[in-house]
Amino acid sequence: MARPKLKEHIINRDWCKGCGICVHFCPKNVLELDSMEKVVAVRPGDCICCRMCELRCPDLAIEVVTDQDVKNE
Amino acid sequence: MQAKQYIRERFFPHMWCAGCGHGIVLNSLLRAVDQLGLDKNNVVMVSGIGCSARISGYVDFHSLHTIHGRALAFAAGVKFSKPELKLIVPMGDGDALAIGGNHFIHAARRNMDITAIVMNNRIYGMTGGQFSPLTGVDKNTSTTPFSNIDNSFDTVELATAAGATFVARTTTYHVLEMTALLKKAIEHKGFSVIEILSQCPTQYGRKNKEGDAPAMLDHFREMTAKADSEKIKKNPGLISRGIFVDRSDKPEYCEQYEKIIQKAQKAIKGKQ
Ligand SMILES: Cc1ncc(C[n+]2csc(CCOP(=O)(O)OP(=O)(O)O)c2C)c(N)n1
Ligand code: SF4
Repeated sequence: MARPKLKEHIINRDWCKGCGICVHFCPKNVLELDSMEKVVAVRPGDCICCRMCELRCPDLAIEVVTDQDVKNE
Repeated sequence: MQAKQYIRERFFPHMWCAGCGHGIVLNSLLRAVDQLGLDKNNVVMVSGIGCSARISGYVDFHSLHTIHGRALAFAAGVKFSKPELKLIVPMGDGDALAIGGNHFIHAARRNMDITAIVMNNRIYGMTGGQFSPLTGVDKNTSTTPFSNIDNSFDTVELATAAGATFVARTTTYHVLEMTALLKKAIEHKGFSVIEILSQCPTQYGRKNKEGDAPAMLDHFREMTAKADSEKIKKNPGLISRGIFVDRSDKPEYCEQYEKIIQKAQKAIKGKQ
């Protein structure tokens, strides 16, 4: 199976509380908090789809969607 | 995974503070239930009172939000009447081991098929940061302003000694491990206890200058190691993670109770 490629980060801005956990633990430095203290994927091209942001988010506010998720649907 | 399948979206965003570990426990738990392929209608979540206990309101399972320290007693009642249901009981360290300590040890002793999750943030988060039986010596809380002198329980040792047949520990930093252990705990037949170290940046973190939520998670990585690993052998002061008890030699309580029902019915028939 080919390695998954990022389609998009779905970020729920209403649920994100800006704790910064996803930003801190992203191994590729893809995420940042914006001026509203909400997470944004500023370097999506660097994402390796490890999903550590999605799995550690206390607010269920971020989902990593890959080409394989789409195929599986 | 579509987390939304398993939550009551109308109650989001949830009530927990920014960076609260209890949200990460919820996140991992939803994945465990999804990966086990459990039917939502067969899962019952029973909780008491505390920030941790509020988790039962967010899941789209059967749920009971009961009284402080007594969630296990309510769960036992549900399990007795419908042994086919999966019972999950998330509790804070105060809920489980301060006010609920007696329920906890006796539930473990009986070995009823219930999964107890101790969301240990070492403090009473909900009521203003009072110390709990898991706070630890020398730590600061709002009720120990000159530091705490109370020794802590070790949840794993306590549960083991009381007779729990599955006992594990992990942290909110170790999310993949948490989901794997939750799956094992839920699948285990008998009383299972999983202690999850969970950060409370608002109360414990602030009082003990542990920094923000990411810093507290880094700390969980540094202060723990896998049981039996080289790391823990070299640093015995670290807290060990993993499975400490996993036994199937003790009968499950509801099954034993069913046998008593059969015996009693036989005895009555004998007299008729
Ligand atoms: C019988 C009773 N006593 C005391 C309280 C007040 N009370 C509410 S939550 C709580 C402790 C919460 O701490 P913990 O169980 O560790 O959960 P956390 O909020 O840290 O997740 C206390 C003492 C109560 N609700 N009911
Ligand atoms: S007070 Fe602590 S335990 Fe309660 S929601 Fe806030 S961070 Fe979580």
